[in-house]
Amino acid sequence: MHNFLFQIAVLIYFVSTIGFLVQVITLRKDVERIATIFLCVGFGLHTAALLTRWLAGEHPPFVNLYDSLSFLAWAMVGLFLLFQWQHKLKSFGAFVVPLAMLVMTASSLQSKAIVPLPPSLKSIWLPIHAIICLSADAIFALASCIAIMFLIQERQIKNKRLGAVFQRLPSLETLDIMNRRCLTLGFPLLTLGIITGSIWAEEAWGSYWSWDPKETWSLITWFIYAALLHQRLTVGWRGRKAAIMTLVGFAVLVFTFLGVSLLFSGAHSYATWFK
Amino acid sequence: MPLGSNRPQIVLLGVNHKTAPVEVREHLALRENNPPALRLFAGLPLCEEVVFLSTCNRVEVLVSTNHLNGVKRSIKELWLKRGGVDPDTLQRSLYEYEGTEAIKHLFRVASSLDSMVVGEPQILGQLKDAYSRALKEKTAGLVLNRLLRKAFSVAKRVRTETRIASQAVSISYAAVELAKKIFGDLKGKSAMLIGAGEMAELAAQHLITNGVNKLVVANRTLSRAVKLARSLGGTAISLEEMEDALVDADIVISSTGAPGIILKKDQVKRIMRPRHHRLLFFIDIAVPRDIDPGVHDLDNVYLYDIDDLKGIIEFNKAERKKEAIKADRMVEAEVIKFVGWMETLSVVPVIQFLQKKAEAIRQKELSRSHRAIESLSDEQQKALDVLTRSMMQKILHDPIICLKREVQDKDGEVILDATRRLFGMNGFDDKT
Repeated sequence: MHNFLFQIAVLIYFVSTIGFLVQVITLRKDVERIATIFLCVGFGLHTAALLTRWLAGEHPPFVNLYDSLSFLAWAMVGLFLLFQWQHKLKSFGAFVVPLAMLVMTASSLQSKAIVPLPPSLKSIWLPIHAIICLSADAIFALASCIAIMFLIQERQIKNKRLGAVFQRLPSLETLDIMNRRCLTLGFPLLTLGIITGSIWAEEAWGSYWSWDPKETWSLITWFIYAALLHQRLTVGWRGRKAAIMTLVGFAVLVFTFLGVSLLFSGAHSYATWFK
Repeated sequence: MPLGSNRPQIVLLGVNHKTAPVEVREHLALRENNPPALRLFAGLPLCEEVVFLSTCNRVEVLVSTNHLNGVKRSIKELWLKRGGVDPDTLQRSLYEYEGTEAIKHLFRVASSLDSMVVGEPQILGQLKDAYSRALKEKTAGLVLNRLLRKAFSVAKRVRTETRIASQAVSISYAAVELAKKIFGDLKGKSAMLIGAGEMAELAAQHLITNGVNKLVVANRTLSRAVKLARSLGGTAISLEEMEDALVDADIVISSTGAPGIILKKDQVKRIMRPRHHRLLFFIDIAVPRDIDPGVHDLDNVYLYDIDDLKGIIEFNKAERKKEAIKADRMVEAEVIKFVGWMETLSVVPVIQFLQKKAEAIRQKELSRSHRAIESLSDEQQKALDVLTRSMMQKILHDPIICLKREVQDKDGEVILDATRRLFGMNGFDDKT
């Protein structure tokens, strides 16, 4: 059942992606409305897919790469809808929704089997830690979409090329403010994710911190975002520099999320667990 | 045309900035007249409905009448008598549109396709005012009501579905548009004028109407700065204080007559840190330029000079021309629809419709009783046919006579409209 719902959700997200891309080219408001409706429907089905999968297994569905990617895409879409409801950022959908679609596609290529969890990891901290971390990741994904939009728009204005691209993107300051908002929301979540992870580690393995590659890289990510946030709030780093740093942070985040899991072996590694 | 006098026709007479100089337009506007121009035109014998539009770029009289030529003549006579222009000038400057052409012209005017600056937004408001005056004076009726409402909706469509009005075509507008793309909302932003030129003043006014709430004027002669600052509601400083004031400014418009650069890159670089690197937008409309072009290379600083702005304007003008073609197409389509409606105002199609409808009902009812009728003899069948037919004709006789008679009267359209609605002539009537 959860698999069926998931597949339908992928399909509907795909239609919505096309819609947002068509909208950004044609600038038609009705297309945007339809794409958003599709996205909402897809999100509903996706939610149902996650819930049925949770009920079907005996543990929360945050165990393998399929689960993580699926939840990440879900959180991105959910946050995007929430964000647009609040801010209506022009052309934002054309950046976020394709990215969410990409994550969804990656997820659908993974094994969907529900695997039993080692008893040591059965804990309330599994869903708490995973939900917090993945939500932080989703926020940073949104932040980097905004950063990319900022960099494109900034180039247009610097090069005095005020054509089609320029008209379609929001103003620099709006993008910069949204970038800051995402950071000030994502960073505490990331911090909380690391803290809950270490509490869970203590419970499962008896040690708060064991320099497992995921932990190390999470810490590196945390430092990058901490530095960015610090510079923003004190020196007033903004605009281009902040946007570039956001992207650097996100690149490291992606590596922490995917690279570490696939390359190294450790507690978070999807590569070794299910072989 | 044989039944022409039964059908209201639309006539539009007028002058605009292309056909007449301002003196002529002033005269024809009949501004000082008492009674007002609208009432004068409405008082003309054959004018059934009138709307009078007078703006600084055009004077137009829009009339619905059953007697085309008579009305045109009497309008011109009125203008000659009251406006004080000689017949030659009037004949030379006046354009006269009838029927389809008049409708099209009105739609184009409403959509700002006939304006001096194509796409400028004021004309629609002016036309709406003219219409509401006509409503107040009760000089607009069925035809012009519908025509004007249609014109407004066409204008709205053109505005939303083409980008005819979306781009700035003057220096000061272009500056404001750019500032909006950098800062988004201009509310709470502060602007600074360096030099107190006229164009800078205009741009500053636009910025203020768009929400900028703090204004500083820096000028070599302080008295001029004080004067300008007072009229715009800002504060005045001397050129020496400029650098400190830059820390708080978001948008800087420079237009001094200085022979060389008055703001160097280093100076701007120095103030970025105390500004906390907030975005800074320079508009240099001075020739020779006031601001070091190098400041554009600094992070979070954007500098546009007069040539950049002119480039934007040229580009926008070309865009508008392209959009105007699209808009004209939309107008054409709407004109065809409106002409279709106008045609139904003639009594002939209404009568034909009534007869066709009655006949269709008769046929349908006969065929429903098909079985029963078949068993009758030929003679009986014939009698039945004659009977039903003459019933229908008798029922319709009085309404048709009445229509033919009443439609000649002043309120003829009203009874036509009522008939169309009573008998469900919906196919002819689009309510959009």
